[in-house]
Amino acid sequence: MCVTPQRQIDQFIQLGGRPNTVLATFGDMLRVPGSNSNLEVERAKGADVRIVYSPLDAVELACGMPERELIFFGIGFETTAPAVALSILEAERRGLRNYYVLCAHKLIPPALAALASDPDINIHGFICPGHVSTIIGSRAYRTVARDYGIPCVVAGFEPLDILQAIYMLVDQVEQGRNQVENQYSRAVSPDGNRGAMRCIDHAFQLASSEWRGLGSIPASGLHIRREYRGFDASILVSEAPPNSDAESVGNICECGAILKGMKTPRECRAFGTACTPERPIGACMVSSEGACAAEFKYSSHREEVRA
Amino acid sequence: MKDEIILLAHGAGGRKSAVLIHELFCRHFDNPALNAMGDSALLSDGMRRLAFTTDSFVVDPLFFPGGNIGKLAVCGTVNDLAAVGARPVALSASFILEEGLPVEVLERVVVSMREAAREVSIPVVAGDTKVVPRGSADQMFITTSGIGLVPESLAAPAPDRAAPGDAVLISGTIGDHGMAVMTCRERIRFSSEIQSDCCPLHDLAAVILDAGPNTHCMRDPTRGGLAAVLNEIAAQSGVCIEIEEAAVPINEDVRVACELLGIDPLHVANEGKLVVIVPPEEADAVLGAMGSHPKGEGAAKIGMVQPEPVGRVHLRTGLGACRILDMPSGDLLPRIC
Repeated sequence: MCVTPQRQIDQFIQLGGRPNTVLATFGDMLRVPGSNSNLEVERAKGADVRIVYSPLDAVELACGMPERELIFFGIGFETTAPAVALSILEAERRGLRNYYVLCAHKLIPPALAALASDPDINIHGFICPGHVSTIIGSRAYRTVARDYGIPCVVAGFEPLDILQAIYMLVDQVEQGRNQVENQYSRAVSPDGNRGAMRCIDHAFQLASSEWRGLGSIPASGLHIRREYRGFDASILVSEAPPNSDAESVGNICECGAILKGMKTPRECRAFGTACTPERPIGACMVSSEGACAAEFKYSSHREEVRA
Repeated sequence: MKDEIILLAHGAGGRKSAVLIHELFCRHFDNPALNAMGDSALLSDGMRRLAFTTDSFVVDPLFFPGGNIGKLAVCGTVNDLAAVGARPVALSASFILEEGLPVEVLERVVVSMREAAREVSIPVVAGDTKVVPRGSADQMFITTSGIGLVPESLAAPAPDRAAPGDAVLISGTIGDHGMAVMTCRERIRFSSEIQSDCCPLHDLAAVILDAGPNTHCMRDPTRGGLAAVLNEIAAQSGVCIEIEEAAVPINEDVRVACELLGIDPLHVANEGKLVVIVPPEEADAVLGAMGSHPKGEGAAKIGMVQPEPVGRVHLRTGLGACRILDMPSGDLLPRIC
């Protein structure tokens, strides 16, 4: 969610201004900043924003209010994409005409390939995300490991998982290997979840996608297939969102360089001043796991930053 | 940069609430009793010490496993009195009702207020009723105020009295109330229903102060959870509080629900627990007294007060690492991605 570009958040907020419209989103998205606002503030100003735990709950909501249009914000990686795909298929099955998805899904392997091929970054190994890998399977990283010679280890999320994954990566680097290894074998199989992948394929097609801080990456996102375009909220977007001043924000926020490991949070002028966890600008401050949020919260010199 | 409008986060007991209280309310209402920032204000007429507190209750749904808005409204105010060592004397109750509310619902709420007040032997001596047009309030809001008497001999526990070396105790499992309400509201089902811990703590507080007359701090960790209360104490006392993560009691269902929703149980509200900070020589006595009281089953020593870094709460994790336990930043949001 933190790599969702401001433009798409602006778009979603703008859609909420349409008459008779209800916005539905995962709670994660509520405080992610667009150009001038976020959903939490828009809700306080009167937009009808509902938090759902599952896209199928959004379909249920739409079903219960046929006189209104419900727009769900499809965000996240391969972990959330299958459920959103399923919600579109379910809406189709029920013949709903008031359920829409603003699709901002992103894919992990193309992003890894983009990072690996960037001549300015020197990556020695990838810790591959466990939850995404439960869907796409550990084989999905083979191309990255082979084509770019970078070892990959699929890891779980507990502290010991991460430690073991780092140990496995160091082992590979020391032995000059570049393989895909699976530390998280208790949840991830080589092939992943085929049913979930079929759902994704059914409702979505590959498209180039814009990442906050990383720019546009070819074939790294999902669009709703033509057959289901009646559920695609982008058909409701008539014009470019107003006041989209992503440029000015981009000027002070070093999010891209920080995401790529080329700069530390403290090298950003906005860090701790214009950009704080309470009022984040970039993705790295938006997400509580982001590099900037962690630096701000856990730094031993926190007070200096605030002063 | 300041917020221009009120967000739900301003009422969630985290950092935004703190900023609003300090920079708006305290700035304008500025006075010593308020600025002490205890759960109740302490007043004196020269002869007796009075504790005075008020609290508003808005909860969706009105009825949840383990309680309802009425029981909550009595217990919440009683517990704010109990936390400063006061014996509750009287309550007031004001109701804001939405047009169309069934009288039967109101009566069920009032009956459970009567039951809770009876358990504390405290009368509800004053009240008020307002009705607003449909849509102007969500069913019913209740405000209760309470007064209590603080024994002359007691050095009342206060959030600025924690001292290095003190033991940090909790009277039982954390997160039960917040997760009971959230899982009930969102209809998230687990093998068993999570029950709110909502209950009056006047008797437990009395037992604690009997066993530990030098108790430095006593707070009931409601909105913002254990994390918010410990951060407030650390800041007001000018100390560091170090907590052992593994020692903090959490019900398995609550732990699972929190993990599923990406919520830190240390940020989740409690309505029937006390955090107690006592000098080391009284720790065992207080812990024993709590443990032998039915409302203190599962009491545990969870940490210690350190001299520095001032204003910080540290959490020692199961792996032996140390992390900063911060205030929750706003409304608790379930995380899916």
